[in-house]
Amino acid sequence: MPTETEKSPIIEVCQMTRSFGTQRVLDGISLDIYPGEIMVVIGGSGCGKSTLLRHLIGSLNPDQGTVKLFGRDITTMSEAELNEVRKRFGILFQSGALFNSLTVGENVALPLREHTNLDESTIEIMVKIKLELVGLREHADKMPAMLSGGMKKRAGLARAIALDPQILFYDEPTSGLDPVTSAQIDQLIIDLTRKLRVTSMVVTHHMSSAFTIADRMCMLDKGRILKIGSRQEFESLRDSSPEQLQSEQDKLVRQFLRGDAYGPITDRKVASDYEDDLLMVGLKAEE
Amino acid sequence: MKQSDSESDKAAKATPLARAVASLGRFTLTAGRSIFSMLGGMSLLLGEVSSSTAKGLLISKQRIGCDALITQMVRVGVRAVPIVILIQMAIGMILPLQIFPKLDEFGQAEQIATINAIAGFRELGPLMTAVVLSGFAGASIAAELGTMVTAEEIEALQASALNPVRFLVVPRLLATVIMTVMLTVIADVVMIASGMLTSVKLGIDFDVYFQLTTEAVNVTGFVTGLVKAAVFGLLIGLIACFLGLSVKPWQGSEGVGQATTKTVVYSIVAIIAADAVFTLIFYSYGLFD
Repeated sequence: MPTETEKSPIIEVCQMTRSFGTQRVLDGISLDIYPGEIMVVIGGSGCGKSTLLRHLIGSLNPDQGTVKLFGRDITTMSEAELNEVRKRFGILFQSGALFNSLTVGENVALPLREHTNLDESTIEIMVKIKLELVGLREHADKMPAMLSGGMKKRAGLARAIALDPQILFYDEPTSGLDPVTSAQIDQLIIDLTRKLRVTSMVVTHHMSSAFTIADRMCMLDKGRILKIGSRQEFESLRDSSPEQLQSEQDKLVRQFLRGDAYGPITDRKVASDYEDDLLMVGLKAEE
Repeated sequence: MKQSDSESDKAAKATPLARAVASLGRFTLTAGRSIFSMLGGMSLLLGEVSSSTAKGLLISKQRIGCDALITQMVRVGVRAVPIVILIQMAIGMILPLQIFPKLDEFGQAEQIATINAIAGFRELGPLMTAVVLSGFAGASIAAELGTMVTAEEIEALQASALNPVRFLVVPRLLATVIMTVMLTVIADVVMIASGMLTSVKLGIDFDVYFQLTTEAVNVTGFVTGLVKAAVFGLLIGLIACFLGLSVKPWQGSEGVGQATTKTVVYSIVAIIAADAVFTLIFYSYGLFD
């Protein structure tokens, strides 16, 4: 979507830093996401991508830096102001996070009942529409415990789009799903983004999924952004030979994109203090 | 690294007594800190619950979900009814049997009725109900909320601009308070009935027993018992909700288990402590005369 860059970003992250204890989980993240695009954030486990997502939805507050949604800084907002912003975006959690005491239909109806003045029959129609969009209309009366993993995610998605949000966040939407269900979820993300004209931000470490859905991609490593670019840029990086690449960062990204067992990512783990560690044991034994 | 080495060296050189004192000190410090932070957190939660409940009563858009409240009342209370009845039947029998020989020596055997009534209405009815409910209601609420934290449900509520306190804590807390009071009434009645049966078996005249019971049970005794029950219920609900919501997502099932155990232990301690305070207050205001 080349024209998107001309618009002003709907999500703006600027120099965001966050530490837990002594560990710096996010280290100066700056990221702009434009209306209508699907931005996929990739990175290994523990790279900070889920933490980044939690800062964007206001669950966590950064130590430094700003997070702007719809042009307004959410880091300085009161809970009431933040709640107004929260009604304008939806989020699909990793586990689906359905409320287990409510049926699938009631889960979808909950935001509508609480945040709108619609009457019950309208809400019922809305719920049917949302569930049909994710292909779960006939399962409205089931309890979440009766659903498979893929169905739970789809139900969670129906709840996330209940209030017709402008932004959709996805936290590992395909993790723990079989390949066919994963592909269905991917297709659903693309369809919803196009049909509902929303902006999507997807956090994942499934490369096939990332390359299927992304307009732009962003790779996170150790709390820093290694690379942001279009899907095409990432594809050509993946398909390039290592000799063509100059920068260390590109080599790291390439290994991750290809899922190679050996490369710069794994090399840096080998070059640790393993020998020193073994020597220390010897020294202690001598004492 | 180096600093911790030197610290451990120091610890190794210290005498066993010094080490014991040091660990006792550390324990007291951590325990004190956690008690204060817990009390603080619980007070904040209580404040939020109060404002949420007040808003729920006044503003129709923020009404308290009646369905949720009834569901919780059934869950909290109804299943506990048989246990409460069983326990109170046993206590209503135990107390007369324990005291009867001594009273009989003084020729005051029929005073069992008075003792049973006072003990039941003022003390054992509310206390035993609360103890049963801290296991039944408290543990299950803490486990449920803790599991909801680990399943990202609480975060999902917040991300949907829904307040977990209003949605989850208020109905559970109100249900616990209401059901503790209602169960206490059942517990009172069962204990009196059971005591009556036992006493009649021991040879006390039914009419005398009945009359002494009605004399011993006055409105004040009954109401003070129910006030205590309400506060016990509040404590159980507050501790359970607080500890359940304090589980961290990454703690998983271990965190949920800890929250559940802590809820039962802390609830019982809190109930007994509150009971002592109430008894002192009621006594000094002459409510027991």
